[in-house]
Amino acid sequence: MILVKDNRCDFCGTCVAVCPVDAIELREADISIIHDTCIDCDICIWICPIDVLSSDKGQGTSND
Amino acid sequence: MTDYDVIVVGGGPAGSMAAYSAASKGAKTIMLEKDRDIGYPVRCGEAVSDTGLRQFVEPKPEWIAATIKKIRMRSPDNTIIDFKSLMAGYVLHRRIFDYALANRASQVGAEIQTRAYVDGLIVEDDIVKGVKYQYMGEKRTLKAKIVIAADGVESRIGRMAGIRTAIKLHDIESGYQVTVGNIDIDQEMIDFYVGKNWAPGGYLWVFPKGDRMANIGLGVVGSKAKDYNSHDLLHKFLKEHYPQAAMLTSVCGGVPVAHTLKQITGNGIMLTGDAARMVNPVSGGGIVSGMHGGKIAGEVAMEAIAVGDVSSKGLAEYPKRWRKAGGKNHEALHRISTSIKDITDDELNRIALRVSKIPREERSVLKIFTVVAKEKPKILLDVTRAFVGA
Ligand SMILES: Cc1cc2nc3c(=O)[nH]c(=O)nc-3n(C[C@H](O)[C@H](O)[C@H](O)COP(=O)(O)OP(=O)(O)OC[C@H]3O[C@@H](n4cnc5c(N)ncnc54)[C@H](O)[C@@H]3O)c2cc1C
Ligand code: SF4
Ligand code: SF4
Repeated sequence: MILVKDNRCDFCGTCVAVCPVDAIELREADISIIHDTCIDCDICIWICPIDVLSSDKGQGTSND
Repeated sequence: MTDYDVIVVGGGPAGSMAAYSAASKGAKTIMLEKDRDIGYPVRCGEAVSDTGLRQFVEPKPEWIAATIKKIRMRSPDNTIIDFKSLMAGYVLHRRIFDYALANRASQVGAEIQTRAYVDGLIVEDDIVKGVKYQYMGEKRTLKAKIVIAADGVESRIGRMAGIRTAIKLHDIESGYQVTVGNIDIDQEMIDFYVGKNWAPGGYLWVFPKGDRMANIGLGVVGSKAKDYNSHDLLHKFLKEHYPQAAMLTSVCGGVPVAHTLKQITGNGIMLTGDAARMVNPVSGGGIVSGMHGGKIAGEVAMEAIAVGDVSSKGLAEYPKRWRKAGGKNHEALHRISTSIKDITDDELNRIALRVSKIPREERSVLKIFTVVAKEKPKILLDVTRAFVGA
């Protein structure tokens, strides 16, 4: 499952652009993962310029 | 019954140009923007060429933060190449510029609504007939003959119509930029740093913003973003080069450096700007190309409405004109950008060393290119192939 860190996201949409299954909902200042759609490919974690996203598989948390 | 001829989703340069060109041809037009402001936040280095801009608008002094006359590039081993810019260029105040473009669209009759988040399409008989959106959290719908999706890098509106817009990691740059104050730089020069030290698979830029300010940012290609983080790389650079800089703004942003989508129309829908992946894939510049795409989209939309055929077939002039206007060139640039991403730091250093030996006044694009080609023949092959269309 993809986790979103609190108070970190800049709402830039880069993760949305790469998500292969359109599982990210993004508004002016609100982001959420549609967990039912997400296929846990993790590429949103890699592309985010500021490490907002992580996986509960224990990856992508390099900048904690 | 429809409420509008054209609904434009997204109020960036592409959206405002589309709204302007549709409305000025007589289309009843509305532009919907999810944020509370047009033109803000600015996720952009804000550099444009004078000739590019002038195709669509007369540059106004209040949009311009700095005028560019010189270019400098630095290789990984710090070899510096500088040359006079062939074209005059500007670093804009996009907040003011984007506002002015939207204002201009409104002057020819386009309506504009901010805080309007489009979250669905109305589709009947496989034809897009309008949008579902939320205005300050309240659910609303609007019907139109054509929807123009200018929703930027996210490009979700196209997906709602079944167009595949998801971008591959090697076709996007993960970007981070700060606008800083209190630095001493040449305000007539744009400065680039290439190589994996600064920005793996992308580049780092320092663009003057007037009054001892600058936009300093970088992009890391998505396929390398797992191992490199653009935020951390930028802060490392700032610490080393401009430790006294004051952070006035910091933003993230994705730059699609892809091929324009094969499909940029559907029944009752057109995609434009970043949403259609129209950014110049070598430079990452998307202001002018987005304006160009938006202009054509608005024109074709009105023509299709006039003859009563808004099907994908009826909109076929759009991809045709985009290709003619530069889309073909764009494909060539995409091939070049793909091979540039493979250049190693050693090759970059050797190229820079050779170029630095050419006397400054003799540095032309052709000369520099010859050097690149000697070092990396594959690029020459790609360029040739691209231009002969093979
Ligand atoms: C870090 C960075 C640096 C850059 N530097 C340069 C540069 O120096 N020069 C240059 O030419 N280009 C540069 N670019 C590229 C340039 O910023 C874009 O190509 C340009 O903004 C594209 O314009 P657009 O209108 O297509 O999209 P945008 O300007 O992104 O506008 C899209 C709009 O749509 C809105 N939107 C999205 N979804 C919805 C929705 N569901 N409902 C309603 N509204 C929605 C967004 O809020 C946004 O306002 C840079 C990009 C980045 C990220
Ligand atoms: S890429 Fe990162 S900062 Fe940008 S919207 Fe996604 S999670 Fe937020
Ligand atoms: S893990 Fe993959 S599928 Fe899930 S939200 Fe991220 S990019 Fe989309």
